[in-house]
Amino acid sequence: MISSKEIPDAKIPDGPLEQKWERCLDGLKLISPNNKRKYKVLVVGTGLAGASAAATLAELGYQVESFTFHDSPRRAHSVAAQGGINAAKNYRGDGDSIHRLFYDTIKGGDFRSREANVYRLAQVSNNIIDQCVAQGVPFAREYGGLLDNRSFGGALVSRTFYARGQTGQQLLLGAYGALNRQIHTGQIKLHTRTEMVDLVMEAGVARGIVTRDLVSGEIQAHLGDAVVLATGGYSNAFYLSTNAATCNVTASYRAYKRGALFANPSFTQIHPTCIPMSHEGQSKLTLMSESLRNHGRIWVPKQAADQRSPQQIPESERDYFLERKYPAYGNLSPRDISSRAVKEVCDEGRGVGAMGRSVYLDFGEAIEQLGVEKISEHYGNLFEMYQHITDENPYQTPMRIYPAAHYTMGGLWVDYHLMSNLPGLFVVGEANFSDHGANRLGASALMQGLADGYFILPQTLGDYLADKKPATEPTSTAADAVVAESQQQSEALLALNGDCSIRSLHRELGGILWNHCGMSRTATGLGEAIEQLGELKQKFWQRGMVGGSGEVLNQELEQAGRVADFIEFGELMCRDALQREESCGAHFREEYQEQGEAARNDADFSHVTAWAHKGEDQPPESHCETLQFESIHAGKRNYE
Amino acid sequence: MRFNLRVWRQLNQASEGEFESYSIDRIGADLSFLEMIDHLNEALIEQKIRPIAFDHDCREGICGACSLIIDGVPHGPMGATTTCQLYMRHFEDGAEITIEPWRAGPFPVIQDLVVDRSPFERILQAGGYVSVHTGEAPDANVLLVSKEVAERAFEAANCIGCGACVTACPNASAMLFVAAKVTHLALLPQGQPERERRVVKMVEAMDAEGFGNCSNHYACADACPKQIPLSLIARLNREFLQSALLGREFGEDDLDCCHQE
Repeated sequence: MISSKEIPDAKIPDGPLEQKWERCLDGLKLISPNNKRKYKVLVVGTGLAGASAAATLAELGYQVESFTFHDSPRRAHSVAAQGGINAAKNYRGDGDSIHRLFYDTIKGGDFRSREANVYRLAQVSNNIIDQCVAQGVPFAREYGGLLDNRSFGGALVSRTFYARGQTGQQLLLGAYGALNRQIHTGQIKLHTRTEMVDLVMEAGVARGIVTRDLVSGEIQAHLGDAVVLATGGYSNAFYLSTNAATCNVTASYRAYKRGALFANPSFTQIHPTCIPMSHEGQSKLTLMSESLRNHGRIWVPKQAADQRSPQQIPESERDYFLERKYPAYGNLSPRDISSRAVKEVCDEGRGVGAMGRSVYLDFGEAIEQLGVEKISEHYGNLFEMYQHITDENPYQTPMRIYPAAHYTMGGLWVDYHLMSNLPGLFVVGEANFSDHGANRLGASALMQGLADGYFILPQTLGDYLADKKPATEPTSTAADAVVAESQQQSEALLALNGDCSIRSLHRELGGILWNHCGMSRTATGLGEAIEQLGELKQKFWQRGMVGGSGEVLNQELEQAGRVADFIEFGELMCRDALQREESCGAHFREEYQEQGEAARNDADFSHVTAWAHKGEDQPPESHCETLQFESIHAGKRNYE
Repeated sequence: MRFNLRVWRQLNQASEGEFESYSIDRIGADLSFLEMIDHLNEALIEQKIRPIAFDHDCREGICGACSLIIDGVPHGPMGATTTCQLYMRHFEDGAEITIEPWRAGPFPVIQDLVVDRSPFERILQAGGYVSVHTGEAPDANVLLVSKEVAERAFEAANCIGCGACVTACPNASAMLFVAAKVTHLALLPQGQPERERRVVKMVEAMDAEGFGNCSNHYACADACPKQIPLSLIARLNREFLQSALLGREFGEDDLDCCHQE
């Protein structure tokens, strides 16, 4: 447990940026093949990061137990990623390189991420494509049989590999295959419909997890030599987001409450191209891949409150505002900048659609130039999905889009080895904070999840285990205590017998965070939000309603536990946003801007803020990791 | 809009299930089918009635979690879509809608509309992959794959593992599901070394799980939300036959079971 305000050593190797990862690998302690099988690693989550980590650890010879609350690992939300995955292959010969991918990614994150981590990400990006192709991932191809690429936001090169609009699905099926192969040989034990509800710490190290079997209700401990969290992001704190219904913060938040540092919780990405909200009963927002911005042009009428249909508005009365404001990147400007520009034109009353909260994404010109067939080949499934949801045909009338909560850059703090400040607790994929700074570029999440899972964690984890004797004790008093606490929590939730459904409380939470901790934030608003969240927490425990039994499948009980954690966690997001008195990336504080653009403050905030839990009724304590830029200059983030 | 719903209710695998009727009112046409059930569940919770359990997650048609037989049709009347992508505008105001879980022997009901699809897991575990260790791969562009082959492999790999094909089939056959994975990997050069053993292992696992055989009803392809082509079943049969002709005996012991590091 950390008492003073220092951050543990991030273990960044010395030497030039290009050699850091190699130096790290050379310095790692190794475990002999005969001894690897004596160690057991618990991997929570089976998305891209979790499945790839579990499979690779098992290939190396460790005993692995893998946990998912789904009925199959293949349903983890990585499956829904649409657009693609970046790599610095430079197959197009358009000037790409490892350094350029690194620079675009760190600039995209507004210089709020670690240089060494991002460089390593760019380095291993090429291995990921090789690995996935070898597994049989059916990436898009050119007629000559070579891999095809397309462009994504925040880059001037074509470095994105894709499988139609279903890249996440195909990459996940690849990792799932690797996982299945190890399950079949018995090297991995898979637990489905099993949700982690707490972390077991013993003698200062992560010793295991406590889970609830969602079908039988049984709460039990699983012990091992290390724990890997690959439990995704927390965009569902906003209630309406592009995340799947069950995505939640519980595993990360429980680890935080057990002493893990939570870094940059306020860095949440609002994605510009989502289908706008259309009715009150809506349960989720659907993303329309950023890749659509390769051919679609974003515009609104020049005049406010223009009621004409898009076809009736002549070219001269349209404002292609992204092309106008950011001519170099235009419609492919990064997500945070695009989202804010969309909000701005809607705030000016120029938004379109029944609620005035959307802008056009128009394929008219592209269809005229390339033809319907070509556009359908690129985006067929996305156009179909849009039409299903909105009942409008995007081949004939422009799509309407609006920003929605999508991805969270914040996450548990990890060092260069992807280990949290708690020895033995590793965090990979979206669940950690490490590579995207204050804003993530498109097609980088899949890259990071697989980099962590296939190529980084399986190497660094061995270094931690090499000093440890394999755990042999089958039980632990620490685990028994955590199991008892989890049972009490479950009983307390089941006893909730008020008049507010869990969904209504979640919706209320989403409203507070969207209004005060969304695309635009102020000190006053955040202060109000913290107060409202305190009241909401009380309301949850006084007026919430769950009921039913804990001994059968009880989806209300599952969701109640997740929402309870989201409410507490929402406060941490707001505190972090309040303390960061600058605008950077997706974090936009209205007080800190220059001519409408984010005004970063490197003198005071060139750091990662990591929060430590100090007890139920105590405010959390913030710690700083100063960001050192040795190889690049953290310049102004200019896309004009 | 208003609807009368007949919904299958069953507390757990051991208990008997039955249909219950519910009326629901003031439903907007833009609500999705699952949002309509969310709405009903909120009303049930208010009346202290146990809400209806159903599998769902991404709600954008890709995770394969959602199921439901709606008026006798897996994933509902629209065709080529998952239940989560079905909207109430597709139903008539005042309609009676019957909602059931997947009905198939190998998929027992866990609760209400939630079934156990773990047999699919074991089929894929038996061989639905290319055996390649992390880090062994050569440069991605060393392997040339024609655009047409990549597209066809993608169409097969598009399967979301929802199980609609099984519940639609009078024999509860999983052949379209197995055919999709076998085809995806059989078409690609990466899948060639294990092509023969893969199909045999997967078919053996399929049989062991109690799925029936295809007797040409073609209901599976009609029910498939991802429009996996029916012709893949013919390919599965060919792949299997070819594997048998090339000498691998059905039920033969796995040669590399004893291979250990």
